[in-house]
Amino acid sequence: MSIIVITVVVTAILFDFTNGFHDTANAMATSIATGALKPKVAVLLAGVLNFVGAFLSVAVAKTISGGLVDDTKITPVVIFAGLVGAILWNLLTWLLGLPSSSSHALFGGLIGATWVAAGAGAIKFATVISKVLLPLVLSPIIAGIIGLAATYFLYRITANSDDQVVRKGFKLSQIVSASMVALAHGTNDAQKTMGIITLTLITVGTLPQGASPPYWVIFCCALAIGLGTSLGGWRIIQTMGKRISEIQSPQGFAAETSSAAVILTSAHLGFALSTTQVCTGSIFGAGAGRRLATVQWSVAGRMALAWLMTLPAAAIVGAVAAWVAGSGTAGTIIVAIAALAIAAAIFAANRRNAVNAHNVNDVPTPQPAMAA
Amino acid sequence: MHIAWGSLLIVFMVSFAAAVAVVVLVAYALVALSGPSIDSPDAGTSVALPASAANKAVAGACLAAAGLIVLYGLYVIVSA
Repeated sequence: MSIIVITVVVTAILFDFTNGFHDTANAMATSIATGALKPKVAVLLAGVLNFVGAFLSVAVAKTISGGLVDDTKITPVVIFAGLVGAILWNLLTWLLGLPSSSSHALFGGLIGATWVAAGAGAIKFATVISKVLLPLVLSPIIAGIIGLAATYFLYRITANSDDQVVRKGFKLSQIVSASMVALAHGTNDAQKTMGIITLTLITVGTLPQGASPPYWVIFCCALAIGLGTSLGGWRIIQTMGKRISEIQSPQGFAAETSSAAVILTSAHLGFALSTTQVCTGSIFGAGAGRRLATVQWSVAGRMALAWLMTLPAAAIVGAVAAWVAGSGTAGTIIVAIAALAIAAAIFAANRRNAVNAHNVNDVPTPQPAMAA
Repeated sequence: MHIAWGSLLIVFMVSFAAAVAVVVLVAYALVALSGPSIDSPDAGTSVALPASAANKAVAGACLAAAGLIVLYGLYVIVSA
């Protein structure tokens, strides 16, 4: 294996790691917010389940390695540039506490880099639209509708029951449902990195076209996403657990069950949807299912903006990286050093007002009226 | 361009059915566990009695059914 292939594999695993800590919130934000799980226990549990989940399926990995870009026209350098775009955008949105989609970042970076390096012809737009873009747009809406319906039924059915039993019951159920989301996240998201690494190995001829990810790739991706998740992306956990809507246990349970169902069903059919957007959609649905007014729609606006920008922004970073890296080995090294420098700067900025396991739930309740 | 509307519809229907079924089953289990409530002497409030053995059995059956739905879903994915 050449140095560039090893570099790409390492970069992909780094992306997987950022994917993990960017998305810890998906599974655990509501459980941490409702007190169903202690913050540290929650992220550890999520990490372990992400690791396990990664072994469940390879349908999404095959969508990515086999369908998005023409593997005869791109090189590992292009994939490297795409990954750099994805990682940098993921880190930036994490710093801002925005639950943007790691998947959009990945696809954006890859598409941008491919476009610059091999032209638009190397991008299989039909597959990109039908297997990636459309599910990405529809999945949060679907999850929102399901979350809304589930929450509505929950509150209706339990309306006249003993409050304490119900509350305790839903706290316990939430631990199970949150675990299912973590498992689903591992299944869906770790496969994206597996797909990228497999694609790289196909472009250099190590694997035949249409190959499934080799076992060591599955294992490394599972490990990276598990470790990343157990680190905990506290900033985003805070946004999703506390800033969207004041979430109660029944809503958390409804939201998580909806998310897990949507993610697992899609993963089974090879749709590479954004787990982040599905979970956010469910939380909005669950918030609206109890009382429309409790949803912080201004936060929704900011988030929607980040969602819209993620794919193009990562594509631009990926394109610039591909353009510089395309000039030869020196260019690739420049991209690598620049990426490391920017990542270091983002981590330094994070330390200034760090959000961690201790202060993750310390958010001033936005308006007294909202808490009603 | 071929868009798999059928598959997308399946995702919607299956997830909707599975999520709502699990949630409703758990909700009924908790209703059963909280026992019958009777009106207390204080106006407008009610007091819940402890769950009877029959109620506990119903709750257990509901939870088991919810668990089976989840396990079947995982089985379908893993065995593919």
